Amino acid sequence: MDFYLTALLQGLCYSAIALGIYISMKIFNIPDITTDGSYTLGGAVTGIMLTHHQSTWVILPVVIIAGALAGALTGLIHTKLKINALLAGILVMTGLYSVNLIVLGRSNLPVSNLPSLFNNLHLIADPNQNTLIIISIFVVVVTFLIGYLLKTDFGIAMRATGNSESMIRALGVNTDRMKITGLALANALTALSGYLIVQFQGFADISMGIGIVIVGLGSVIIAETLINWFRITKVWLSLILVLTGAVIFQLVLALTLAIGVDPNLLKLVTAAFVLLIVSLPRLSFNKAS
Amino acid sequence: MIVINDVHKVFNRGKANQVNAVNGISLDIKNEEFLVIVGSNGSGKTTLLNLVAGSVIPDKGTISIDDNDVTKLADYKRSQWIARVFQNPMSGTASDLSILDNFRLAAIRTKPKGLSIGIDDKFKQEVKDKIATLGMGLENKIEQSMGTLSGGQRQALTLLMSVMDSCKVLLLDEPTAALDPRSAEVVMRTADKLIADFKLTAILITHNLKDAYNYGTRIIQMGEGLIINDLNQKQKAALKQNDLFNWFG
Repeated sequence: MDFYLTALLQGLCYSAIALGIYISMKIFNIPDITTDGSYTLGGAVTGIMLTHHQSTWVILPVVIIAGALAGALTGLIHTKLKINALLAGILVMTGLYSVNLIVLGRSNLPVSNLPSLFNNLHLIADPNQNTLIIISIFVVVVTFLIGYLLKTDFGIAMRATGNSESMIRALGVNTDRMKITGLALANALTALSGYLIVQFQGFADISMGIGIVIVGLGSVIIAETLINWFRITKVWLSLILVLTGAVIFQLVLALTLAIGVDPNLLKLVTAAFVLLIVSLPRLSFNKAS
Repeated sequence: MIVINDVHKVFNRGKANQVNAVNGISLDIKNEEFLVIVGSNGSGKTTLLNLVAGSVIPDKGTISIDDNDVTKLADYKRSQWIARVFQNPMSGTASDLSILDNFRLAAIRTKPKGLSIGIDDKFKQEVKDKIATLGMGLENKIEQSMGTLSGGQRQALTLLMSVMDSCKVLLLDEPTAALDPRSAEVVMRTADKLIADFKLTAILITHNLKDAYNYGTRIIQMGEGLIINDLNQKQKAALKQNDLFNWFG
């Protein structure tokens, strides 16, 4: 059972990435893979600041700003230099690898015996359930904030930017600035996942971000499938489904390990699973026609 | 209202596919004038409209709107005066957003888009009342996404959206080109009514010579990036539909 609880906790930690990918991919229609870099950046900043005995509450805003800067850089390269968003993301991600190595100072940094978000706050005795409550509060607050943002005038303009650029420019919105802001927001969320995971796992690692974008993508694609199934138009429900997607994704991976699949094959299983999710709606569509 | 002074625009200069889209056009569009532009494909009509809107910046010459020099001003900043209806109904509205969201953005076209929730019951009622004037029965579907509507409905709503916020200039780039004749007529009539009611200065590009004949207070014909015919209200009134056809003969 603990096994699945861990998967649930991990899923919740990753839900910030999922929200970030939802913003960049679904709302702005930009394939952003700065994610691998900004996630590790969030983790690296958390790790190094924890070892320097900074409070977890001081680390939080620093992580958010670091992630936002990484995203804004991708946005600047994409909009101002007119470089393909995918390439802009790859460039920033590649550069961030060195930055992260400099921040961490080495390739792996243990932080498990330091005071962190989860062992500082004791809401209930059981450590696992304590962690669950803290992460849940985090996720609820973040989801609420994003949900509120998307309902505001600014949020509507954000959603329109990815949908009809000609229209939103005619309605007085600087789409370049909007995209930069959006990518900053998406990567701030991604870095937030790094912050949570490092404190949850008890170490920061230079390679923790490799392939992490697929976790976000997979979660969003699961969510999208559900959104289409249930024909959901409400912003709140969509966000909640994105969180659900993140948790389902981790549970499937946990299940794969539980039935005895070689852990070395985990990334292959991940890729196959995402492929399955993506192709399912198309397969059934073909049958119907 | 809009003064265009010796404006030039060349695309792909120096390359094999160089296009001299606009070759030194000067045009003074008076307040509340409804200018119709006709001309064959490639005559520079859309480029001229894009120059006014700011989607295209001229190589040479100046453009001013309401006595403000806007020659180098970005399109999203010109939105304080200008509202647009595009040829493609998809371009003027956001299909994944609800009708209500689209109207909310239109209602704050000239204002900053802030971090407060602007859609309340009062706003919903206002949008419903506005949409009801179209008589298309869309007032009860404001939560529906724009993408579920037909091209004609979307163009009519785009027109209505343009007067949700203060508007001085309305640019219509072949707004009915993608529509069936009946929807096209509804859209043109709505446009004509809004232009009169809100005392707008308007520019209409059209290939439909019947519309060009029926609507507007001034007509110009463009060819090869130049104005080759320019008739004021009196001259336009004296014009016969056949004369217009002969322009293209």
